[in-house]
Amino acid sequence: MTDVSRRRFLAYVIAAPTVVAAARWADAGTSTTAAPQPIPSAPGLSDTYDLNDLLTDSTKTTANMITVRVNKDGTASFALPRIETGQGITTSTAMLIAEEMDLPVSKVHVTLADARPELKQNQFTGGSNTSISTYTPIRTAAAAAKQQMKGEAARRLGVSADHLTTRDGVVHAPDGRTIPYADLAESAAATSTRQIVVALKDPSEFRIIGRPHGRVDAHAAVTGRKTFTMDMHVRGALPTMICRPPTIKGTVKRVNNRTTVTNMPGVTDVAVISGGVAVRARTFGQCIDAVRALKVTWNPGTVDKDSDKTFLAELKANELPFGAPSPDPLADVVDESFTFYWKSNSALEPNVAIADVRKTRATIWSPLQAPIFTQQEVADLLGFSVDQVKVHVLPGGGAFGRRMFSDVALEAAEASKKFGKPVKLMWHRTDEFRAGRMHPMATSHVRATYSGGSVLSFEQRHTSMATDWSMGFGEPLSASMASAPPAGLGDQGYSQGVWNLTINVPYNFGQVDHAIYEIRKYDDMHTGSVRNLYSADAAVARELVVDKLAKAMKVDRYRFRQEFLKDDDLASGVLHAAAKAARWGRHMPAGTAQGIAFHSEYHGKIAAVAEIDCRPSTVNRKKRQAVTGPRVTKLVIAVDVGLPINPRGLEAQMMGGAMDAIGQILTESMHLRDGYFLEGSWDDYYYTRQWNVPRDIKVIVMPPSSDAPGGAGEFGVAVTKAAVACALAQATHETPAYFPINHFDPLPFHPFPTEPPIPQSPRDGLKHAR
Amino acid sequence: MGKHTFRVNGERVTVSAPSDVRLLWVLRDLLGITGPKYGCGIEVCRACTSHINGKAFNPCSVPVGQIDSNDEITTIEGLPDTVGKKLHPMQQAWIDRDVAQCGYCQPGQIMAAVAKVREAQQAGREITEADLDDIRNICRCGTYHRIREAIHEGAKQMAADD
Repeated sequence: MTDVSRRRFLAYVIAAPTVVAAARWADAGTSTTAAPQPIPSAPGLSDTYDLNDLLTDSTKTTANMITVRVNKDGTASFALPRIETGQGITTSTAMLIAEEMDLPVSKVHVTLADARPELKQNQFTGGSNTSISTYTPIRTAAAAAKQQMKGEAARRLGVSADHLTTRDGVVHAPDGRTIPYADLAESAAATSTRQIVVALKDPSEFRIIGRPHGRVDAHAAVTGRKTFTMDMHVRGALPTMICRPPTIKGTVKRVNNRTTVTNMPGVTDVAVISGGVAVRARTFGQCIDAVRALKVTWNPGTVDKDSDKTFLAELKANELPFGAPSPDPLADVVDESFTFYWKSNSALEPNVAIADVRKTRATIWSPLQAPIFTQQEVADLLGFSVDQVKVHVLPGGGAFGRRMFSDVALEAAEASKKFGKPVKLMWHRTDEFRAGRMHPMATSHVRATYSGGSVLSFEQRHTSMATDWSMGFGEPLSASMASAPPAGLGDQGYSQGVWNLTINVPYNFGQVDHAIYEIRKYDDMHTGSVRNLYSADAAVARELVVDKLAKAMKVDRYRFRQEFLKDDDLASGVLHAAAKAARWGRHMPAGTAQGIAFHSEYHGKIAAVAEIDCRPSTVNRKKRQAVTGPRVTKLVIAVDVGLPINPRGLEAQMMGGAMDAIGQILTESMHLRDGYFLEGSWDDYYYTRQWNVPRDIKVIVMPPSSDAPGGAGEFGVAVTKAAVACALAQATHETPAYFPINHFDPLPFHPFPTEPPIPQSPRDGLKHAR
Repeated sequence: MGKHTFRVNGERVTVSAPSDVRLLWVLRDLLGITGPKYGCGIEVCRACTSHINGKAFNPCSVPVGQIDSNDEITTIEGLPDTVGKKLHPMQQAWIDRDVAQCGYCQPGQIMAAVAKVREAQQAGREITEADLDDIRNICRCGTYHRIREAIHEGAKQMAADD
């Protein structure tokens, strides 16, 4: 036995035909709240207690089990109460189980759990919280399964369990005898459910956790066998789409040609539902034809008189005033305000749900980040009790916050009920842009004062269109706010709570004060939070002002950050690692520059250096139906997430976040005009494409700095956005006042008409075959 | 309602559908071939990229009536058979580089990559960074950098296999 101190946890073995072991959140979950540090700036709320602590704490109160099952063939199965949408949690979960069970990762089967209402807040995927909250409970259950089998092996072999070792799914006795798990799965099964104590491995014993591992679904993904909801076959669930209103949240007044459309080829049903007019047909192609053929008279929407311009004026007028004046009235001031335009949060797999609504029960299949809330909402819609609604969670083709909401599942349920038939309801890509959810437009105003070698004050006022937090995410927040430390957030609303739990100023800037104010109602428009919540914009404003301060105080931008970072070796470490790998300060030709940024969130630290090329030869590159412009040529990210479970997956998440970041600074935004968004396709909404991708990207995963993992899914966004924005300001000698920087360029596309609401598919595809 | 006969992944199929229905829906909704994904339906996102007689195309933008009875459609499911292996070298490169995240766009990315590399190799040259800049396929997870690495690797193996 290795001489290590192993932490012990309560687990359960469950009476079942084969070994089934379980763990409770409440017993196993540990929060990693950092102790307040004696720093000159009073710690912000999120320094000591952040959104992830809240999410983790809220799971502790819902005492319920997660179970690892050992199958007769010696493999293990686990139904993860989260959704895999590309972030790699089925892989990291298989690694955790494999580690504690001493099984090869390939022998661990991780599926996605159906909605389990008894889990309450413990089935919500968001806030980069999965690894943080599941790390200990999943390992505890896996360790209990192994312990149960070792006990049975000890009995059979006549050897104390302490003398047995386990490796690759086999129990080894000191004398060389072995028993594979397959031979223990049934005989070691518990005959009654009972509590046991298990010891978890010390990190020094890890053989799988912390080492790069390929995705468990890689083969299925590259062979086309990975099954998304779009690919599922449910008997009778024919393609269904919705003819949507021409302006946001418009409603149907009258359908003028229902009979004609019902008689179109392939069409089986047409009915008005809350989102518009639903059509069901033999193929989605025929749904598109039917949606386009519908003649509908519409009632106005909720923002028909509004455009970006009216909202911007309203945001400026509602900005919260700055607080007290600078401690030193003679201090110099940096005062900058930035506008961040609407961002679409649609994934590549469009919104999709299969619904089969019968008289006394309903079944839903959909990629859902908050399936318990969807189950409740569907039950409410249909007048059912929760146990009459079965919700199956499928892997999503991306999510980015979009799938926290139930809207597509509700539409599918409503259509299935109206038609009396199962449906597979899909959104058209143009629906995703025109009727989809947007990250709200916002302004961020920062005022800092400095004198001599000190920054005396740093204030930030973020003003945003209201964000819809009404989905499941809101529930754990609302439930926890009143009781969880720190108390007293309850009456300030979700946006205040999320802001305070995610936003921090990681520098010693004296008097620090930041606040958010949101205008309009959360449901005036279809909003939601895109990957990285408020931080993605707020950090850009912060780091641009940090650069301004550095320049004003005549200190190198990297050196300035090192000097002002709150006293933390990890923060300094990532900044140093990124700067070193990027050769910070190297000579750059005119029109190109480096930018550097730091960010702290999700129990981790991250730094990025971006190099940008703003020379005419790059900016004026010609691509058909594209935005080229400045190109990020090199990107280095150094990330410390405490304990990286799968460094390869972490790298992927950082790069993915960086692609969002590059687009949000340079190319991608929505334009609101008279109540609708002009964009209708990926050739209008300029999310990063290959011609915008840096050819040189390096992600440095810092060695473990903790024995618990932090969050990764959103962590790469804010820091890369800030680094790219800072590089751009440096290269052009001008700090942009709005993002993305092309928002006011002449539109490089002709907006699709709003009626019919979706474009017809082209017919000339063969001409482009090459 | 016309009958349409063509070859898909080495098999001759006959399907009844109005001639104007786009091939993507014939493959997905009528034949149950779901490797080519829907992402836009207007030849922009390229998630449905497949091959017709070895050339990359987007079945979302081709009415089934335009498909000739001698045309050979290859989707991601049929790609390995074109080289007589369990995996095409490009698929293997994708696994080696752990390219995929959600995986939704990857069948289209791989089919686009194979055609792109073939095009370069038939012109007697290696794939360039400029070629890669021209790839229009969307990856919303942002796996673009690993896609570039995997194409270089897959291209080498394709050349070696020739």
